[in-house]
Amino acid sequence: MSGMFVHNLRLGAASLRRNVLLTTLMIMSIGFGVAASMVTFAVFRAVSGDPIPQKSSQLFVPLIDNRGPQYNRRGEPPSALNYVDAVALMRAHKAVRQTMLYPVGLSVMPDDPHRMPFKAPGYATYGDFFNMFEVPFLYGSGWNDAEDEAREPVIVISRDLNQKLFGGNNSVGQRLVLDDKQYRIVGVTNKWDPKPRFFDTFSGNAYADPAQIYIPFTYAIAQHIDTRGNNNCGSDGKRGDTWDSWLQGECVWINPWVELNNAEQVQAYRQFLDGYAREQREAGRFNWAPNNRLRNVREWLDYQHAVPPESRISMTLAFGFLLICLVNTIGLLLAKFMRRAPEIGVRRALGASRGDIYRQFLAEAAMVGMAGGVLGLVFTAIGMLGLGMVFEPQIARLARLDASLMLLTLLVAITATVVAAFYPTWRAAQVQPAWQLKSN
Amino acid sequence: MQIKPILSALRRHKAGTFLIAAQIALTLAIVCNALFIIQQRVAHLSEPSGIDEPNIFVIKSEWVGAPGPDQADAQMREDLQVLRQVPGVQNVTPSNSYPLRGDGWDDAIRLKPDQVQDTSGATIYFADENFIDTLDLKLIAGRNFRPEEIGHMDLRYKLAPPVVIITKALAEKLFPGETAVGKTIYLIGGPATVVGEVELLQAQSVEHWASDFAYRSVIIPERLNVSLGAFYIVRTRPGQLETAMPAAVKALFAHNPRRVINEDDGVLPFSEVRSRAYESDRGMAILMGVICAVLLAVTAAGIVGLTSFWVGQRRKQIGVRRALGATRRDILNYFMTENLLISVGGVLFGAVLAIAINLWMVTRFEMHHLSMVYLMGGVAMLLLLGQGAVLAPALRASRVPPVEATRSV
Repeated sequence: MSGMFVHNLRLGAASLRRNVLLTTLMIMSIGFGVAASMVTFAVFRAVSGDPIPQKSSQLFVPLIDNRGPQYNRRGEPPSALNYVDAVALMRAHKAVRQTMLYPVGLSVMPDDPHRMPFKAPGYATYGDFFNMFEVPFLYGSGWNDAEDEAREPVIVISRDLNQKLFGGNNSVGQRLVLDDKQYRIVGVTNKWDPKPRFFDTFSGNAYADPAQIYIPFTYAIAQHIDTRGNNNCGSDGKRGDTWDSWLQGECVWINPWVELNNAEQVQAYRQFLDGYAREQREAGRFNWAPNNRLRNVREWLDYQHAVPPESRISMTLAFGFLLICLVNTIGLLLAKFMRRAPEIGVRRALGASRGDIYRQFLAEAAMVGMAGGVLGLVFTAIGMLGLGMVFEPQIARLARLDASLMLLTLLVAITATVVAAFYPTWRAAQVQPAWQLKSN
Repeated sequence: MQIKPILSALRRHKAGTFLIAAQIALTLAIVCNALFIIQQRVAHLSEPSGIDEPNIFVIKSEWVGAPGPDQADAQMREDLQVLRQVPGVQNVTPSNSYPLRGDGWDDAIRLKPDQVQDTSGATIYFADENFIDTLDLKLIAGRNFRPEEIGHMDLRYKLAPPVVIITKALAEKLFPGETAVGKTIYLIGGPATVVGEVELLQAQSVEHWASDFAYRSVIIPERLNVSLGAFYIVRTRPGQLETAMPAAVKALFAHNPRRVINEDDGVLPFSEVRSRAYESDRGMAILMGVICAVLLAVTAAGIVGLTSFWVGQRRKQIGVRRALGATRRDILNYFMTENLLISVGGVLFGAVLAIAINLWMVTRFEMHHLSMVYLMGGVAMLLLLGQGAVLAPALRASRVPPVEATRSV
């Protein structure tokens, strides 16, 4: 059997060499089609992936409609919370874990006067953040509830910032001055940068540079540290015009996250949210029925359109392109195989079965597919370099040509070509031995 | 030219005919939509900003130490003085944003104080009396702000300036057919009198969600003091942008080092702002262009390949026809017409498919409806492509000598 297989491959190779133009056309066509599909798929895979697969069904965004039907958008509550609701959810403590967060940027003044001051981007959040999102630590750990409660000026810094400021040494316990305020370092995170950054899509930071600092939300509020992200106020005018009245106003700017481990907990949390909204109504703050949402990570990313439309459009068109390349391949294979009708006739007359013809021609197609796949890999690699021209750099750099993509490229090329070869092969196998011999 | 014999010949090559037609149909469907996307994106990125782009750069200066509003305003005014002294600088203005920046402050505009729904959304640009000259906007009615009208406000303070300048696009939306100057509009914090109207000033966001109010902007006579920092929009004298940019940064640091001007995007010439704002549009246009070109090449190659095969298969028949008196031209015409028939079938089906794909994209990606011009253009392009591709094999067929009729294979 394997001897036959090798024999078939030899026959195939000889035939491919015989008709260089058609063979080249087919290989180029498959190579282009596969490469276009793979490059756009690599981008799509990078932006549509689950950023936290082990927990994405347990992490939820609770949203509360504080605008009402008159001012909300298409009946949806705004995509973040105001300070009042954020604090209420933290106080209620109804989830297994919960955190609020908003983006901040604090200035670092290096001791070395020759180095420029820079902004360290990060988040004001609660101690639960690190456990909820499974942030890996290089040194130390996050802070605890007591430190949240006491508004302690503690800080967790990233591995990169630790490298920059402390040369990579364990800096836990050291002091760090940011915007003239002194913080005590309690932890250094290891490399951690989930993409898309599901917990901060509200401020358009899904693909932003990694965070470098994390400070307690309570301390940030006490120090009037402004959000560096979005602040969505709606048209109802209840905004406030000082720091304190703004905190009490209805502008939303805080991202809420809760961890719920099973369906009962989810159900209970929904009831809690509705109960809270009803209380607010009774208190006269809302004059509408509860209109809350509780979405897990995947539902949230979908709702926030974390996958850029460019990625979907280009992938759709690229697969359409692959389809055309395959139709093209069917035509060329048909031409190639039927040109050999006399040869098939002779082989059949000499006792080759239809099965033999099938095996021979499919082996030949698989070789074309293989060659197309290898060429496709080269084109894919070139395409990856050119991605920066097509997608925004933050997105382009996410796409990688890794082993799985290389394997997929070859697999798609071979499978597609073999599938495309079925019809031409069937036609070839239909050749009547007698007729071909007679016409000669 | 007899069409009937061609049709009966095609009936004997159903598979090949179908494959070429299908390929032409799919190619048409994709090329039409791709070209249409290119046109849409190119039109989008060619929209004018209304400002003197070649001579403008923007500095994003972030404060160290989160100063309060009054201190931030004092620092900002000092910075403006410093920037004015920089050689090559013609004018400078502070703002919260600038066209094409991406995000910023958008707000509701109403015509009555008790109105529930907004009359329009608008981009809010904070400005001083130098804003119009710095951006080189054209004042088409009313007047510029007077220096004494310029106030300063905290980010959270009520947005209720006594006077504003608005763009023509907003004026037309709010007061169709009338002059806006002298009229009152209601911002979120209260009423404001329109004192001037500028011709054109693009919004800070060119994203789809902001397209409703793309050119509707309101200019507020206040310096916005944010503890985070400010944008300084600088206009240089022609040709001095390159030298003024680093000099401006150096002067700012020399005056007050307690600031952050980011290395990546702290100082941007407007050309860079533009290219960043339209990155994804340009990218899509390039990608679609490449796909179109390769696709047309692949389709042409497929036609050449299959037709060559047919010619090879029919050498004997061609020889017989030539022997019976058909001219070379007749043979050439035969294959050209054959291809035309297949192509017409393909483009008819392809046109339907193109419209279907477009409708799907309209619902899925909020795209526009395919213009018929593109469909017609695509049809013409593919018919020409088919004829061009078939020319070489058809010429080869026409050179088959009559003597071929007497040969066996």
